[in-house]
Amino acid sequence: MNAPEKKDSFRLVGTRPVRPDGVEKVTGKAVFGPDYKAANMLQGAILRSPHPHARIRSVDTKKAAALPGVKAIVTGDDFPNLEDAVVQMGEAAGNIADLARNCMAVGKVLYEGHALAAVAATSEAIAQEALGLIDVDYEVLPHVTGILDAMREDAPLLYEDNFTKGLDEKPEKPSNVSMRIQQTQGDTEAALKSAAATVTARYTMPPVHQGYIEPHACVVTWKADGKLDVWCSSQGAFNVRSLVATILNVEMGHVRVMPLEIGGGFGGKTTIYLEPVAALLSKKAGRPVRLTMDRADVFRASGPAPGAVVDVSLGADAEGKLVAADVEFRYSAGTSPGNETHAGLISSVGHYRIANFRVTGWEVLSNMPKHAAYRAPGAPQVNFALESALNDLAAKLGIDPLDMRIKNAVVPGDMTMHGTPYGEIGLLECLEAAKAHPHYSASLGPNQGRGIACSYWVNYGGPSTASVAIGEDGSVMVIEGNPDIGGSRASMAIMAAETLGIDYDNVTVTIADTGSVGYSMLTGGSRTTFATGKAVIEAAQTVIDIMRARAAKLWGCSVDDVAWSDGEARCTGGEKAGETLSIGNIAAKADSTGGPISAESSVNPNDFLPGFAVHICDVDVDPETGHASIGRYTAFQDVGRAIHPSYVEGQMQGGAVQGIGWALNEAYLYNEDGKLDNPGFLDYRMPVASDLPMIDAVMIEKPNPAHPYGVKGVGEVPIVPPLATVAHAVSNATGSPMRDLPLTPDRIYGLMQSKA
Amino acid sequence: MALSAFHTPETIEQAVALLAGDPSARPLSGGTDLIVQMQSGRSEAGAIVDIKRIAGLNGIRSDGDGFVIGAATPCTALKEDAALVAAWPGVVEAANLIGSVQVRNRATMAGNLCNASPAADSVPALVAAGATCLIAGPSGEREVPVEAIPVAPSKTSLQAGEMVTAIKLPKRSAGGSDAYLRSIPRTEMDIAVVGAGANITVDAEGVCTSARIAIGAAAPTVVLVEDAGKALEGSGFDDAAMEAMAQAVRNACKPIDDKRGTIEYRIAMAGVLAKRTVMIARERAGGTA
Amino acid sequence: MSKLHVTTSVNGDEREFLCGPGETLLDVLRDELDMTGTKEGCGSGDCGACTIMLDGEMVCSCLVMAAEAQGRVIGTIEGVAEGSELHPVQRTFLDHAALQCGFCTPGFIVAAKALLDRNPDPTETEVRYWLAGNLCRCTGYDKIIRAVMDAAAELRQERTPA
Repeated sequence: MNAPEKKDSFRLVGTRPVRPDGVEKVTGKAVFGPDYKAANMLQGAILRSPHPHARIRSVDTKKAAALPGVKAIVTGDDFPNLEDAVVQMGEAAGNIADLARNCMAVGKVLYEGHALAAVAATSEAIAQEALGLIDVDYEVLPHVTGILDAMREDAPLLYEDNFTKGLDEKPEKPSNVSMRIQQTQGDTEAALKSAAATVTARYTMPPVHQGYIEPHACVVTWKADGKLDVWCSSQGAFNVRSLVATILNVEMGHVRVMPLEIGGGFGGKTTIYLEPVAALLSKKAGRPVRLTMDRADVFRASGPAPGAVVDVSLGADAEGKLVAADVEFRYSAGTSPGNETHAGLISSVGHYRIANFRVTGWEVLSNMPKHAAYRAPGAPQVNFALESALNDLAAKLGIDPLDMRIKNAVVPGDMTMHGTPYGEIGLLECLEAAKAHPHYSASLGPNQGRGIACSYWVNYGGPSTASVAIGEDGSVMVIEGNPDIGGSRASMAIMAAETLGIDYDNVTVTIADTGSVGYSMLTGGSRTTFATGKAVIEAAQTVIDIMRARAAKLWGCSVDDVAWSDGEARCTGGEKAGETLSIGNIAAKADSTGGPISAESSVNPNDFLPGFAVHICDVDVDPETGHASIGRYTAFQDVGRAIHPSYVEGQMQGGAVQGIGWALNEAYLYNEDGKLDNPGFLDYRMPVASDLPMIDAVMIEKPNPAHPYGVKGVGEVPIVPPLATVAHAVSNATGSPMRDLPLTPDRIYGLMQSKA
Repeated sequence: MALSAFHTPETIEQAVALLAGDPSARPLSGGTDLIVQMQSGRSEAGAIVDIKRIAGLNGIRSDGDGFVIGAATPCTALKEDAALVAAWPGVVEAANLIGSVQVRNRATMAGNLCNASPAADSVPALVAAGATCLIAGPSGEREVPVEAIPVAPSKTSLQAGEMVTAIKLPKRSAGGSDAYLRSIPRTEMDIAVVGAGANITVDAEGVCTSARIAIGAAAPTVVLVEDAGKALEGSGFDDAAMEAMAQAVRNACKPIDDKRGTIEYRIAMAGVLAKRTVMIARERAGGTA
Repeated sequence: MSKLHVTTSVNGDEREFLCGPGETLLDVLRDELDMTGTKEGCGSGDCGACTIMLDGEMVCSCLVMAAEAQGRVIGTIEGVAEGSELHPVQRTFLDHAALQCGFCTPGFIVAAKALLDRNPDPTETEVRYWLAGNLCRCTGYDKIIRAVMDAAAELRQERTPA
């Protein structure tokens, strides 16, 4: 790990204090989504479709309603009739009617596990029993789950009125393809023809799940005054508020969302599933209602990230300079359009200087749950294909794959795919650090292979609010609205204390509910430490200005003669020159100098910078069984400046391991009946501790000049490179290209056999 | 069917009477299969008969030179019995590949057997070992080879009111040892894609005098591959004998394609694992220099 | 359906509860005894978030029927710290930033303590296999393993007579 630049100019930035919420979390006291209870609460349960595609002819709830203990039943008919309208959803925009119909089916069920009725009862057992008494008359329809199957002209249609957007002409017939997007530059076909070497291949992967360990849960009470209180864990309480209010057609200010601790999200908790259902049950029952998913519900009805089929043609000149890339990718989306296809496009080739490219993306609907964001949503799939092709191309040209990337890497001033020049980015520094690292030159034994890949993720800024309040005794409270999903309270406390010049322990951080602080966009897009951090710093600076003014009043001097350093006001002119006042001194006299001291800051910064990561992986492949095991793994990343290095390393390590799981074992397996064959942790095989070595995290600190402490987003980009990195390593260990994920032992074995 | 009763008999007779009196009743020992099945709705148990409070069912006792392992003995307890580990290391390691430590602190070999999964890890090792089980029922006690219990996936030969009370391992013959290996995608927490147990005896010259090879997850039930054993007997584990053994194993496979593995892969791995398992058992038996 | 009356010991306290014959110990701990530190991640024994100690052995409380608890001795995450004094493994988790979201953390701490109580000097491989039944999706396990190894070293030092 390299040391932060100008480390000595900071007291706290770059240190590793214990997180403020740590003790609560290691003692089991922290209250997560499923832990919350309200007085007089009912337990709800949801009836889910056993069919992947069916028309709902009727839902008869009479018998269920008659069961003693049942207090309310809700079906799709109870939802307000929503017009199709595009609203801000999570990290991007989406159709609110699609989201409402995902919470509760109307007319048709579109995937196995699609909710179509719900019950609230005095106990879980009664609620479950009542579900069994609901009679649903289904007209089962043909279904389709695979991407290429769903694109076929004769495929069963999810919607008769879906016409592919983004084609030159509106198609005559409806299809399951919701969108086509394309970006071109130069003359790709001509450049490929004249390239010294080219690689053309197809890469595929099934959908995968975010795999957070905490299932979705909420408690909602629809009070007699028409206002709603919602307790849930999510990546953004304000996001929940706006989605719930819009779906239920109530005023936003009448919905108050209390953020509970969140047990992992990775993008999967940037949307809602249960809250509007619980709200309608509560409205009918007149009591708070809790809804929880079990693990099978989580797999069947939430999550997955797109599966993909990607075709790549990549060409380079004899020196290894890339001349053209032709990328055509198809992403699954589940039952309704999402945003991963756009993100896939801008994540595809923009980390290299390529004069000619044509990138085409297709978004494909099918009878799988509506897809959700997953850490750098849309980037890993297309990156896997491009980086794998690049590794093949380097091999063809006889050029070291890291050198090949160094030759082509973008540097500050080069153009991004979305049309603005790159700022102070550190891709080249990451590549050079990887090249110089002992891992890259370590020797390999028989049946071992080494892989590398590199990646880009755009990151985000966006709106955030934070306030800083000074207690009567001088203690400092930071109040913000971004759920702490990985230690962000610690980074907020560090930045506030650094700015104020006080000790870390003097700052408390509260994640407030939507009625207690101004708006913040959700925790996602690697934006929180950057954007909400800016709000915290700005609020702290305003508080300093207020305290300087108060000190000037106490000293009877001009505010210009009050400096702020080491956490106290210092008089620099007049008869009190040399005197100091601590925050406590100033706070104690606040009432006589103008009242309580606090400041709120709202920001909407767009001067964020993207993230870059380079990974190296060694695998051992058992030549007789095809088992690939990770022997060594090193992750390099341009992290801007690490506010709390342990939690930055944690993002790098956690992202790498999610990517390793994606590469080796994780997959949504749909059977011929359109049902998910592995809706549990037994057969949805996420990495366990014994599968892995330590993950060496090398932070490259190239600060963002637009952030007071140099912050760049760090959370998402580390999941991007592992797919191609691991596949490259396995390819090198076996001599067979690995183009289809996951790389399960039977797949690797089969490829080794067909080569032999 | 809703679960309506939870019984805690203190004798085998009481347990048998409860099971015989209620066809929907299920014996509970470790519960690591039964409770999962009840929670997911795959088992419609009407009543639970918890056998863990029956005196003598939890623990290992010697029976002459063999071992009697009570049906309620958790897998991790097997590792604590030094004599058992010395005699039947393959059985102990097979039982201690099931699930996690948390699961093995509850799961029992008797439960693993009676769940009748073809992929049960302890069963190929038990079959290779020539283990038997004691069954208590309304008409008294009987003893059968363990391979007689599972008849199809999730189906056993146990009659109404019957329960397995113990698993018996025979005396370890001189110059013998055993081993078990399985193939899983991860390193832990998976169901076997294929498993192979081997129990062999080697004479002073290193010649195989007896061999029992059993394969899991390669057919509807665990298979004892007698031809595989015969291929090794009289050999010094030379390549030809080992390949003949592996071929016999592959011939005995009748696997399915499912989410955990393909037919081709399972057959191929059965041969690979059988070879590796035999070599480990041979080394343990002192058959290699 | 008649309820069963169960008396058991939880973290040293005698506790009584009523449960249905099909309820799990996890359900009762969380819903009847209000001890929500024990988490439910899967309900099938595959994630370890509900790890507790039952008569001195670690088990998944989702795979224990509540009625089985009669007369048994149960330990949960709420009993790991002694008053406000954190167990070394809890402290090293904080020092190493071995948690991100913190949802799997109680299960890991109960499991890690169970390991260190019986093996004060585990290898990295032993720690990794012992904890293989506990899923963490945030950390990639690196810092968790380091925290457990560090707690082991600390406990060894404590136990060595001066």
